[in-house]
Amino acid sequence: MSTWDFETRLREALQPVDPPADLEPRLEMTLGSLVEMAADELDAWELRAMKDPRNWPRTVLGPAAAVVVGSGAAAGLVILRTRGRRHKRRAQARNAWVLAERTFRDAAREAMRVFDDIGR
Amino acid sequence: MAAASDSAREDKARLDAAFTDLYRAHLRDVYSYSYYRVGNHHDAEDLTEQTFLQAYRHFERAQKESQGRPLRPWLIRIAHNLAANYYRDRSRRPQTPIDDAGPLPELHTTEAIVEDREDLNRILECVQQLPDDRREALIMRFALGMDNREIARALGRTDGATKVLIHRAIKQLEELVQAEAGTEAT
Repeated sequence: MSTWDFETRLREALQPVDPPADLEPRLEMTLGSLVEMAADELDAWELRAMKDPRNWPRTVLGPAAAVVVGSGAAAGLVILRTRGRRHKRRAQARNAWVLAERTFRDAAREAMRVFDDIGR
Repeated sequence: MAAASDSAREDKARLDAAFTDLYRAHLRDVYSYSYYRVGNHHDAEDLTEQTFLQAYRHFERAQKESQGRPLRPWLIRIAHNLAANYYRDRSRRPQTPIDDAGPLPELHTTEAIVEDREDLNRILECVQQLPDDRREALIMRFALGMDNREIARALGRTDGATKVLIHRAIKQLEELVQAEAGTEAT
């Protein structure tokens, strides 16, 4: 028998075997109940999470806190950058009114730069 | 939170649908592999069921890591590992001969059918005598029709090593079958 013939015989000997007819529905049922169990678990977890006061800050206060902290950081950055140019402004200002005006202008410009950085 | 859980549910539903497709497409492959590994329908059913349950647990990760490649080798690898545990737990080798291995090819005389059946049984018995890795490679190639690359992934080997493995497996099997036929003739 040539190798080619032998491989043909081997293919005939090792034919794919059909699973019993009841295996597919049985497996689908098992998998279906697993999916249901997972869904129930998710529901139960959500309810538990909502009832637990320890999760309140995370779910309700979390985003608000993030906004406050983020705004604070941005404002801090604007102040810091504006303060960095104060000696130059003082030297250039003829009086207090002009100094206040230049300070306000610098702060506005720095604020725009910070917003641009955040937007990127 | 509601939006997050809705999105999680949608993801889960998508994943379950994908798994159902995978399961329907490869049930026969996994069953055939299991059957030729364990040698009887009862244990093959158990092994198939365990394979899909295990696969279901790790499906999400496997899908991400496969990067679009077919998941059949991954499924067969799970069946392969479970079958190895099966032998370790029960300290046994596949039962021989494998019962009713499939429909016979069409032949004309009763004598020819009997001879052919004996021939195929002899090949199956010799397949069971091969070392584990060679036997598995042949099952994957001939019963499941997997190509070298798929077999390599299922066995965790390189394509080249897999090609050599299959070549040697066929050669050894041919020798075993010839020796067996010679013994029966004398």
